[in-house]
Amino acid sequence: MSGRVLVGVKRVIDYAVKIRVKPDRTGVVTDGVKHSMNPFCEIAVEEAVKLKEKKLVKEVVAVSCGPQQVQETIRTALAMGADRGIHVEVSGKDYETLGPLQVSKIFAALAKKEQADLIILGKQAIDDDCNQTGQMTAALLDWPQGTFASEVSFEADKLKVVREIDGGLETIKINLPAVVTADLRLNTPRYATLPNIMKAKKKKIANVKPADLGVDVCSRLEVLKVDEPPQRQAGVKVETVEDLVGKLKEAGRV
Amino acid sequence: MAALFKARRALGMVVGHGVRCLSQLAELPELHQMMRQTCRDYAQKELAPIAAQLDKDHKFPAKQVKELGAMGVMAVEVPESLGGAGMDYLAYCLAVEELSRGCASTGVIVSVNNSLYLGPILKFGTEEQKKQWITPFTTGDKVGCFALSEPGNGSDAGAASTLAQQEGDEWVLNGTKAWITNCWDASATVVFATTDKSLKHKGISAFLVPMPHPGLSLGKKEDKLGIRASSTANIILEDCRIPLGNMLGERGMGFKIAMQTLDSGRLGIAAQALGIAQAALDCAADYAHKRTAFGAPIGKLQAIQFKLADMALATESARLLTWRAAMLRDAKKPFTKEAAMAKLAASEAATFVSHQAIQVLGGMGYVTDMPAERHYRDARITEIYEGTSEIQRLVIANNILKEYQQ
Repeated sequence: MSGRVLVGVKRVIDYAVKIRVKPDRTGVVTDGVKHSMNPFCEIAVEEAVKLKEKKLVKEVVAVSCGPQQVQETIRTALAMGADRGIHVEVSGKDYETLGPLQVSKIFAALAKKEQADLIILGKQAIDDDCNQTGQMTAALLDWPQGTFASEVSFEADKLKVVREIDGGLETIKINLPAVVTADLRLNTPRYATLPNIMKAKKKKIANVKPADLGVDVCSRLEVLKVDEPPQRQAGVKVETVEDLVGKLKEAGRV
Repeated sequence: MAALFKARRALGMVVGHGVRCLSQLAELPELHQMMRQTCRDYAQKELAPIAAQLDKDHKFPAKQVKELGAMGVMAVEVPESLGGAGMDYLAYCLAVEELSRGCASTGVIVSVNNSLYLGPILKFGTEEQKKQWITPFTTGDKVGCFALSEPGNGSDAGAASTLAQQEGDEWVLNGTKAWITNCWDASATVVFATTDKSLKHKGISAFLVPMPHPGLSLGKKEDKLGIRASSTANIILEDCRIPLGNMLGERGMGFKIAMQTLDSGRLGIAAQALGIAQAALDCAADYAHKRTAFGAPIGKLQAIQFKLADMALATESARLLTWRAAMLRDAKKPFTKEAAMAKLAASEAATFVSHQAIQVLGGMGYVTDMPAERHYRDARITEIYEGTSEIQRLVIANNILKEYQQ
């Protein structure tokens, strides 16, 4: 057991920004727009750092795939307490079409290379909302997965994960090595302290190319067009419950 | 020939150092950017949402101060060995600005603790004093305050009438201090008292007094126009006895300590004023997009555009002055004139920008539904405390006349 945790951190458009679709409808405007770490990735980093503080794991490695700018995101993870970073360089068209399948292949390759015992990812990214990377990574590695985790603990040599599911909470015990994806209530991410921001500067970020890991980042998907969601239409007020049921039947909803 | 060499060498030093300074003015180093972003995130998420309520309730943000302590923000310049963040003054100014943008009261609480309380002890304290009076005040659990002004003298700091008399192995302090920020929430204070009235300002010394302490009592909390979440009151000393070891620096050094402390402190206030100005500008610019009149958002009207331009210009100019003064201080160069310029520019920018922000918002600017009225009230004090605008002008003029000495 290496005691090493890989944490994926994705650079996304900041949650507070008003998203605008590009005039050519090929995507959203990203130039000059504020970006930050995906909130679920923050929760993942926080959990990994907490495990290290409890001495349940030895090393936290923050990984991000993308162009030069993702180094900021890795540095934020380092400032939160990760020990070192890995920047997987993907840029240009490859970055635009980068999706869960390619990222999970990259993570699987890195997990083998770094001999990781645990991978913690956010459950989904707030830009594509795919909710696939964790699951695909586990499948590629043939590792057990504990997704939508709201609680993670070690029990002997197994991992106990409490999962948030539609019906409530499900508790599972899985063998290590494993993949865990973080849900909202797993923890409250810390603000980086000033001393840790300074220490982050000295921590190493290694550069790696997907080809070095034997991964082909070519996408099988083609985005045809991107549109704004339909404008919200005015609603209709009704007087009685019968009217409401009548209207719903009219609209074919009941 | 020798003069030419001297000039060339001087130029080389200026250029070499100046290049680093200039590039930092153009873009902050990565470390400072990260730190600024962290403080901005904290202010946006944790301070801005509660600022109006804190102001209404005159409530000290104890929880937030503790959180800021944990982040290292309550003791930015204090070395790590004493429990601080070990960063430079530019980083501190950035932190205070971003926090003040969320809540001006929190900004001044942070500033007073850093510049006015920890500052002089860090500079003039003995190793023992530093351990005792600095380390517990880095975590946010305890804050300090600075007692210089008196009911009888504010700008006229040399006329201190608070007395300190030695009685055996104790100092006995008697007098009243006025307008002390943080005092109802503080656990210690740096107090200035006269040990030798005949020496006038050269007879003033500085003392460290724990709070609470027998002989030290607090006056009523002032009901202020702005920065209401920070407490301001008189400190009354009646036969307040402290050990001889509680003198800070040498006997008679008090005035010098006060002046040097205020030189740095005024950069903290400049940063607070910048935060208030920026918050007011944010409010006005956002409103200019949303409010429509005469068939279009008011941001399309030149009258509003000219206001926003002037507001942004005033803020950015003051910001660059503040950064430059901080960088000079970090480079251990003289910075008194630049600090005075920064504080003057920033405080006048804060009052100007917040005034215009209310104007842009119209009637909405006058009600508590929008934060513009709070920024207007918070801004006003920045032209007064830690050296009035009039004093700043005197400091700048004195320095200029010295430069042109015949």
